[in-house]
Order: sequence, then C-alpha cells, then structure tokens
Amino acid sequence: MPKDGSVVRLDGEGKPLWLVLELTYRCPLKCPWCSNPVDYAGDGRNELDTAEWKGVLREGRELGALQLGFTGGEPLLRDDLEELVAEAHRLGYYTNLITSGIGLTEARLAALKAAGLNQIQLSLQSSNRTLTDTLVGARAFDLKVKVAHLIKAFGFPMVLNVPVFRQNIDQVNEILALAEDIGVDYLEFANIQYYNWALINRDELMPTRTQIEAAELAVQAARERLGERMTIYFVIPDYYEERPKACMNGWGAIHLTIAPDGAAMPCQEARTITGLEFPSVREKSLAWLWNESPTFRKFRGDEWMNEPCRSCSEKEEDFGGCRCQAFLLTGDAGNTDPACARSPHHHLISEAVARAHEPGRTIHPLVMRTDANSRAQSQVEPDHV
Amino acid sequence: MDDIAAAAGRARYALNPMYLFRWEATQDAHVLLYPEGIVKLNRTAGEIIELCDGCRTAAGMVEALQQRYPGDDGRVAEGVYKSLEVFRAKGWIRRQA
Ligand code: SF4
Ligand code: SF4
Repeated sequence: MPKDGSVVRLDGEGKPLWLVLELTYRCPLKCPWCSNPVDYAGDGRNELDTAEWKGVLREGRELGALQLGFTGGEPLLRDDLEELVAEAHRLGYYTNLITSGIGLTEARLAALKAAGLNQIQLSLQSSNRTLTDTLVGARAFDLKVKVAHLIKAFGFPMVLNVPVFRQNIDQVNEILALAEDIGVDYLEFANIQYYNWALINRDELMPTRTQIEAAELAVQAARERLGERMTIYFVIPDYYEERPKACMNGWGAIHLTIAPDGAAMPCQEARTITGLEFPSVREKSLAWLWNESPTFRKFRGDEWMNEPCRSCSEKEEDFGGCRCQAFLLTGDAGNTDPACARSPHHHLISEAVARAHEPGRTIHPLVMRTDANSRAQSQVEPDHV
Repeated sequence: MDDIAAAAGRARYALNPMYLFRWEATQDAHVLLYPEGIVKLNRTAGEIIELCDGCRTAAGMVEALQQRYPGDDGRVAEGVYKSLEVFRAKGWIRRQA
C-alpha cells in the first residue's frame, strides 16, 4: 500500500521486492471492511503446508525479494508461524508480521523474537472499547491494547495500523494519545479502500470530506508536536482525490502476494478481477508466475492502457491507478481507475460519495465478515455497485 | 567557526535501531530495511553508514574515508559531513548523546 509521506519510488528492476504471504483466511474477528475475498469461506483446508510455504520463501529470495509480510486472515492461527519466520530470517528477509493481535501471547512473542522477526504491525480500530468490540465483532479492545504494550516490551519496532472510516475518523486525537502512551513508532491512519467487504458496506463506512479534513488537521498538528518520536502516515481515501493512487507501484512491478491456497497475485485484491487466471505455486515455479504468467504480464508497463491514460502525461506517476477498482466499478480492468477525475467513469465515484451521505437515506446494518455472510454474499452480486 | 567544526568532528552517530542495514547481493548494494520500506544506498552512502557504529567520531569517519580515497581530502570531508546531516534528517542515523 503506498503511503502518504513514505512513498519511495522504487524501481524493482523487474524484481518482486515485496513478498506478501497470506498464510490463512481464517480469523477470529469479523471486520466489515476486511480485504479478504468475500467468498473466502471454506478455503481453510486448501492452505499451503509448512514445506510449501518454505519453498515459496526460498524461491522468493532467489527472485530478489527483500521485504516479507506474514498476513491473513490472522497469521497467528498458523502454528508453524514461528518456523516460517525463522526460515525467512535465515534466508535474509526483513520480516513483518501483520496481525489483529488476537492470540499474540507472551510466549509467542518470545518465540517470534527468537525466530528473528523484525517488525509487528498491529491493527487497532478505535480508542473506545465498546466501539472497537462492536466493529470487529468480538471482545478485542483490551486484548489489543495489552498486546501493543507487550510488543514494545519485547523491543519490536511497531506499526499501529488504524483502518479509517466514518465510525472512527473523529477519534484521531484520542487514538494519537493512546499510540503515544504505548510508544508506537509508526502510526498509520489508513482510510480503507472499497473492495470486497468494504465495498459491500461502502454506504455505511465512507466518511465525509469534512471529517477527512478535520482528521488531516489533527494529524498535521500531532506531527509538529511529536517530531521524530513517532512517524504518522495518513492515507487519504482516493474517493476524495482527483487522481488515483499509484496502486502497488504498478501491476506486477514490485509486489507479489501469495494467497492461502498458493495462488500468485499482483496484489491482495487481484482475485476480484474475474476472467483472470491465478495459477498456484503448487503448479508453477515462482519465477514462472512472476515473469511469465499471463496474469502478471497483462497490466505490466503501459501497453495495455485505454484512453485517457494511454495518452496522459501522468501515466508514469500513477500507472493509471488501481486495476481492481477499475474492474469493480466499470467492469473492465483495463479502464482508467474511476478515482481519476479524467476518467469517463468518474461520476461513479462522485455518485457513491453522494449516496453515502444522502440525508434521509436508509441505514443498513454493517455486513460482518462471517462464514455465513461469506456464503450468502458469494451467491449474490453486491447490488449497488 | 573552528569550535563548531571541532564539535561536528567529535559527534558520534549510530544507526536508528528501527533500521536494518546490510549488504544485498541481488542489488549489488547496501540496503536499509525498515517497517514496510526499502532504501537502496549508493556506494558512498553505504560506506558512510557502515561507519556509523556509535563509537567512531565523525572526524574518525572522515579520516578512514580519506585513507580509502586519497587525493582530495577537502572534498571527502565535506561529503561526509553533508551526508551525515542528510541521513540524520531522514531518520536513518541518530546522533549519540
Ligand atoms: S480485517 Fe479483521 S476480519 Fe479481516 S483478516 Fe483482518 S482482523 Fe481478520
Ligand atoms: S488519465 Fe490515467 S494516467 Fe492520467 S492521471 Fe488519470 S489515471 Fe493517471
């Protein structure tokens, strides 16, 4: 995910510098903005085993990968996590654990430290217990705060990741205070992106422009106050910008994600694009998947671009935006990301913003990420897209 | 002026513990790795950061690099002091108390 203030334009020289392993889609929480596929349910038994993941790690290093993310679902549900971290460390990766914190006990932290884990990214949704627990569908707040303190006690560099939406955006100051108290090194306010579960719940989750502007001001003030003590990122939602994000630094440019079943993807959302095939590391070598697979080649470079991107002077800056968002909203992944004001589909974005804040609109309960909802939702297409 | 220069020379620098610094063969370069980030260093930057061990003074670093690149002592010294300032501003290294 590109970050405000930290974007380093990296030319991978054709190497997948960033490798992300989605170890499992299983998760004890039910976040209604979850970026896992809506039809994730039932995939549990298809997960790669320890030896298969180790193979991915080895091949990834051979291709030049440097940064490694262990994510999910909740990666702590894999009891071979420590073993995989140790192997990754031995191979020379910088290892990041991306976790909800549920299941991160002192014993596991000690084992992860011993295995050579470099960094932990913990998610926190609010500074308020009741709100957090309601939003994630479990009693998680106290546990998350406790885990945050433990992570610091073990001396890990720590990123506190706060997914931002209408329900928590007004709490920026309270969350900042909590992060300061914990001693967080990097605080990331990431306005959620509307794919998968978040897209289903878009009308309920999208903040207003006024809310975003207030939050940005609060972040700016905190940056000045805290100086070098804490690095604060604020990822602006692309629905409110005139230009799209330089998504993943370009398709198949530096990012490689492996799904729980071994499917290789240019980003974690890529499977939302129907019609593309995502072969698995079970069938093909990582080198083939990265270099040769038609899916990775499809949107590499700028040959594939339609107008207005094709003749746009900014195509080197944003690579035409996000392929998944183009597909989800316009039906063609080769189109200009509708978040761009130059897109002929940009009205879809403005209409969505307007609809979400229409006075007197019908308020729907949040659709939580549960197995039952996953099965129900995969039968129907979201009706408001 | 001389006092300031002398003080700058006595400063010691260490890598920010948030960063991992190492040689990366696939890049044929030194790299800095940190939460969600990668910096590929050019040769000079790599050589300077390698000397930021918390013990060596800036003057000591200058001397070491002058020995490695004899011929233009003034330019080497200027380059080292400038780089240290830039790296510190980027948060890669910290000045020791
Ligand atoms: S977003 Fe929530 S539900 Fe989805 S994987 Fe993360 S913690 Fe689990
Ligand atoms: S038209 Fe395409 S390349 Fe130009 S700014 Fe918009 S998304 Fe970027």
